[in-house]
Amino acid sequence: MPLDPSSDIRRVVAGRVEEIPPGERKLIVPFRGRAGIGVFNVNGDYHALRNLCPHKLGPLCTGRVSGRPEAVAPPSSYAGEPEIERDGEIVRCPWHLWEFDITTGQCLVDPKMRVKTYPVAIEEGEVVVYADPADLPPQPPSGAAVPATMARGRSAE
Amino acid sequence: MATTLTREQTRTRVKPAVIDGDIHNDLPSPQALLPFLPAEWRDYHARFGTFGYSATAYPRINPNAARHDAWPPGGGNPGSSLTFMREQLLDAWNIEYGILNCLIGAGARRLDQSAAVAQAINEWQVATWLDPEPRLRASLVVPYEDGQLAAAEIDRAARDRRFVQVLLIARTAEPLGRRKYWPLYEAAVRNDLPIGIHFGGSGGFPFTGAGRPSYYIEDHAGMAQAFQSQVVSLVCEGVFEQFPTLKIVMIEGGFAWLPPLMWRLDAAYGRLRAETPHLKRLPSEYIREHFWITTQPMEEPTKPAQFHQLLDQLGMSDRLIFATDYPHWDFDAPDQAFPVRLDPDLERRIMADNAKGLYKF
Repeated sequence: MPLDPSSDIRRVVAGRVEEIPPGERKLIVPFRGRAGIGVFNVNGDYHALRNLCPHKLGPLCTGRVSGRPEAVAPPSSYAGEPEIERDGEIVRCPWHLWEFDITTGQCLVDPKMRVKTYPVAIEEGEVVVYADPADLPPQPPSGAAVPATMARGRSAE
Repeated sequence: MATTLTREQTRTRVKPAVIDGDIHNDLPSPQALLPFLPAEWRDYHARFGTFGYSATAYPRINPNAARHDAWPPGGGNPGSSLTFMREQLLDAWNIEYGILNCLIGAGARRLDQSAAVAQAINEWQVATWLDPEPRLRASLVVPYEDGQLAAAEIDRAARDRRFVQVLLIARTAEPLGRRKYWPLYEAAVRNDLPIGIHFGGSGGFPFTGAGRPSYYIEDHAGMAQAFQSQVVSLVCEGVFEQFPTLKIVMIEGGFAWLPPLMWRLDAAYGRLRAETPHLKRLPSEYIREHFWITTQPMEEPTKPAQFHQLLDQLGMSDRLIFATDYPHWDFDAPDQAFPVRLDPDLERRIMADNAKGLYKF
């Protein structure tokens, strides 16, 4: 998507699409020792979340990706076999285990809370995040180059 | 309203030094303990096998109940790498002193084995944690189900003053006020060490006073019952009359339940004191004189302002000690620990000064 020159929004290339296959994620632009952005591939769709949990500022995007078990009744009723819903669409912060919907940023523990999300586009085979500069490292002096993705940061899996 | 974070909120701040009252170190593998065991126990392990170190009854959502991001990159259990602990905790949060509460192995049924493991754990803590890292202090692991053996380990190890407390577990075989534990308290007082009682244990009985529950959430949220039982027992058995300088630290037990427990006990004591004439004061007076409490995980009222009321009801703000519980999943970050903004003087006391006074840092 073309950037409005007057906009502050910055274009960050997260990597080639094949670098983040379905079910995988990549952490980019870690900043000030933590934060950064997590780029997730959920069933072929890419989503970008801020790697900072709005609950207690934990590294949300390094958490486990799973689904949400749902049951219509307690197990003793024999009608309550839990089903896993939306498997692969929920990330659980490694601190305190609060769950968030990767596709919307919505917190599933506190409905008033959501994690910051960013638009993602696929452009010429690259996954591109359009990020708020406040969440990024300072722009290099040249102004032209967008910081490349950084290898730092362990994958959570 | 959606909650998003501003740039100001995420900017790295200068972090004031804090004291962390609850850090968990772990063995990288059971074999790592072998060099610290006496020959006969090494031989036992070779011939008969090592024993399990944990006795949890329920899966704890994350392996080792650990933060998913706390597994050391070089392998081993969470809390088993000093290098990674420095990076993720001590350096990251400017921890001035941190107290290691090692939860391995001292509650074994076989008491001589429990004593040997406790001694080995303590020697391993000296060599692997205390010698290389001056910011760390440790709790003494003791075979707490045998008061005499526990007292012997306290007398042996407490000469190293980097051991700042004796570690017990909340779920014991008998309530901690019972006489079988008194030699342990006598040794703690003799060596001027507080007793820490940490979340956990299995004790051999149902976790609740009403039988065995089904779920980890019941185990986790129900742990306050065990702490309440210990408070009531220690007070009513007269432990604080027998050991007037004994200090007890409740670790990871919360505290919102404590004010109403004090009310109940005081009211009952007024009516029932003929049964326990060895008690000379109100139960709440013993509690406020002899107990300290670590903060993590504290109960957080739905209305945050009620946290101030809770502190007021507790009346123990000089006894609260900040703790992270690193590397466990319900870790409290030092800058996010409280549901309300505290008075800076009070925050300073909880984050460092109260611990300095108790542990004599």
